[in-house]
Amino acid sequence: MSDLLAARTQMALSLGFHILFAVVGIGMPLLMVAAERRWLLRKDPIDLELAKRWSKGTAILFAVGAVSGTVLSFELGLLWPGFMEMAGPLIGMPFSLEGFAFFTEAIFLGIYLYGWDRISPRAHLLAGVLVAGSGVLSGIFVVIANAWMNTPTGFDLVDGVPVNIDPIRALLNPAAFQQTLHMTLAAYAATGFAVAGIHAFLLLRDPLNAFHRRALALGLLVGAPAALLQPLSGDISARNVAQYQPAKLAAMEALFETRAGAPLILGGWPDMETRTVRWGIEIPYGLSLMAHHDPRAVVTGLDRIPRDEWPNVPIVHVAFQVMVGIGTVMAAVAAWALWLLVRRRDPAECRPLLIALAASAPLGFVAIEAGWTVTEVGRQPWVIHGVLRTSEAVTPMPGLTYTLLGFTLLYLFLGIVVAWLLYSQIIRSPRHQEWNRVYTPTVGGPHA
Amino acid sequence: MPELGAAELLAGAIVVSLNAYVLLAGADFGGGVWDLLATGPRRARQRELIAHAIGPVWEANHVWLILVVVLLFTCFPAVFSRLAIALHIPLTLVLVGIVLRGSAFTFRSYGGEDAPTQRRWGRVFAVASLVTPLVLGICVGAIAAGRVVPPSGAGFAADYLHPWLSPFTVSVGVFTLALFAFIAAVYLTLEAADPDVREDFRRRALWAGAAVFGVALTTLLLAWEAAPLVWQGLITSPRALPLQFLTGVAATVALWALWRRRYTLARAAAAAQVTCILWGWALAQFPWLLPPTLDIRGAAAPAITLKLTLGALGLGALVLFPALYYLFRVFKSRPY
Ligand code: HDD
Ligand code: HEM
Ligand code: HEM
Repeated sequence: MSDLLAARTQMALSLGFHILFAVVGIGMPLLMVAAERRWLLRKDPIDLELAKRWSKGTAILFAVGAVSGTVLSFELGLLWPGFMEMAGPLIGMPFSLEGFAFFTEAIFLGIYLYGWDRISPRAHLLAGVLVAGSGVLSGIFVVIANAWMNTPTGFDLVDGVPVNIDPIRALLNPAAFQQTLHMTLAAYAATGFAVAGIHAFLLLRDPLNAFHRRALALGLLVGAPAALLQPLSGDISARNVAQYQPAKLAAMEALFETRAGAPLILGGWPDMETRTVRWGIEIPYGLSLMAHHDPRAVVTGLDRIPRDEWPNVPIVHVAFQVMVGIGTVMAAVAAWALWLLVRRRDPAECRPLLIALAASAPLGFVAIEAGWTVTEVGRQPWVIHGVLRTSEAVTPMPGLTYTLLGFTLLYLFLGIVVAWLLYSQIIRSPRHQEWNRVYTPTVGGPHA
Repeated sequence: MPELGAAELLAGAIVVSLNAYVLLAGADFGGGVWDLLATGPRRARQRELIAHAIGPVWEANHVWLILVVVLLFTCFPAVFSRLAIALHIPLTLVLVGIVLRGSAFTFRSYGGEDAPTQRRWGRVFAVASLVTPLVLGICVGAIAAGRVVPPSGAGFAADYLHPWLSPFTVSVGVFTLALFAFIAAVYLTLEAADPDVREDFRRRALWAGAAVFGVALTTLLLAWEAAPLVWQGLITSPRALPLQFLTGVAATVALWALWRRRYTLARAAAAAQVTCILWGWALAQFPWLLPPTLDIRGAAAPAITLKLTLGALGLGALVLFPALYYLFRVFKSRPY
């Protein structure tokens, strides 16, 4: 494996690992706070048990998120010193602000986790609110830095060196709003669906358990609205990509030729030899509509992009299909659940919905990995779009395959341990017998 | 003395963050070392105290290092990229140490009460706590010795091993480890409510204090040849000399206070000692960031970046310090 490929793979591995934990760090605090607030208002012990159990799980995931995030901040330099030397002065600002968001998050998480009986209930809830808020903020800041890599602004390039730099304009780059909105919604949709899905699964086996019913409701409360909004936000992102990153859009859609009234291709496998898409479904005018909101608009294809500036088309196309497919499914399931609620029916009573929710529990996370693949692989061969090539940014240090191997084993090991801990410590049903029958106190039901 | 501008202020802010990291996270690492070395009839209680002292604060303490990294690549990008290249290997080891330390600690806390689980993760946590400061110290030694230079193409060993492998750099590593263990033991005397456990850590603190003194002397002797610029600064510079004196005073007071069981005083003196050592090093190599080639002015980012970063730091401090105060008041106001 070449050193460049090893570095790219290691970066992808570390980011792909970190994002799972970062997303939970954004979404779970909101769920904990919702449960704890309910406990303060109604004094129902189920809510307290939920808040405590979720905070235990969050503690494990947060720690792994914190250490894997630390790895990333070093890795940006260890693997891409050329990139950091150029980008540091421009995007250091969001990273510095992110640093303070981490401080707030870590401080109040410590207080939240260890302070149950040391501070007043209201102070405790407030600590949770601060964790939830600073989690969102830290995500937003780092995604702004990434948006700048996609749509770099705030400098003039003279002989390959950025001059007249303006970090504020870099912060307000054209993709910043779209990406941060889409990512924040993704975090809520993914965690909400994961929680709702796990408890839907447990409800299928244990339908009367009030604990799981409450967890399901709270998971849906956080996940369903976000999942409904996500396709809208994705549409805003897509139009932004069409405007600023035509090569990425062309790869996402496997559009080899520039044309007016371009169709949207669903699924399929791009054949690089013949420059066609095999086995895809064409929706006439779909792409022109999506990218420019005009069925006859011209969409730039890969033929307008120099061959050595093409990203890997099959990967980007397939990843985009996966994300959009999942987005559609999640929005549909969310709409179903909300429709039941509008008709005053309990989603926990609807077995088909429970099955659908259980099946979609991991989907949000898959969509997030796919979406980042679109963003990052679709930017290749650039690390800073149009400015600096990935191959120019990589470290001269040889033997990167070995560090890649080491980190792969390390992350594999951590992933297995975390999964095992979550399974054995957090996701079992609580032992309180009485909660099993809170909802329908009939004797002799199906599970008596 | 050259005038102090935004670049010097930010270099100072980096040393302040490093200082906070050493005083706070350094003690967490040191706690791990004492977990590894826990012995005697009160072994289990020693470990429990350490876990209790670290639990609520280690993640917040750890963020100081992230602040150092972020400030470095924002304000002195050339320094960051040169460090990342020449010290690629030790920094990678530090990362592995940080990952294993943090996750093993958490897995031990939440992974179940049974003895094998506790022992397994406790061992990983403790070993990682020992290795990480050692390697971190080696990196500092490499900077002080002026070995962090761009790769010359003279081969793998010359470019990627030579910068950080030498008797001097290793002795700085051992010194860092001893220092972290020392402050951890001193802090733990105050955290312990049980007089026997407190006495255990008092004895450990005294031993570690002696070790710090011994290793410091060795390091200084090695510095004479290996890090001439820093040695000169330490011995002769009018800026650094008062700090050498203060370090000596603080170290003496710390040991005396431990001896007389004046623990609050010992903690203050030990913290002052560590602070003086760090600033002594920083001032000795001022204005060099990577002696003998990159200095503060030469490596600084454009003025606008520096100005904005100073602003961000001010804003952040406004949020950070009250929050930190609250954290430590909630958890550190009474012994365990
Ligand atoms: C729960 C996760 C999730 C779901 C359901 C969706 N996305 Fe997404 N998408 C992401 C999670 C995500 C992401 C992982 O969060 C990305 C990667 C970078 C970013 O900002 O968000 C992303 C990126 C991303 C991009 C690239 C942005 C860029 O490179 O600048 C586009 C065009 C879309 N998405 C479009 C959509 C559409 C049209 C969806 C319709 C259903 C959709 N996404 C659902
Ligand atoms: C979209 C990408 C990212 C998101 C949304 C994100 C978000 C987060 C969040 C919410 C946390 C808090 C810890 C947790 O809850 O697990 C975190 C931790 C961290 N992240 Fe990321 N992150 C992203 C990518 C990165 C990148 C690229 C870096 C490298 C510069 C990074 C550096 C860190 C660091 C250093 C921490 C540890 C902070 C602590 O100790 O609490 N993250 N990240
Ligand atoms: C956490 C969510 C993220 C994921 C899953 C992710 C994923 C990836 C992947 C798959 C690659 C490899 C692309 C390739 O080489 O083909 C990559 C590269 C990279 N990413 Fe991200 N990314 C994320 C967020 C970020 C953020 C927030 C930043 C910086 C602020 C960032 C900076 C980089 C850099 C510097 C590279 C290496 C250069 C390159 O390949 O372009 N990433 N990422």
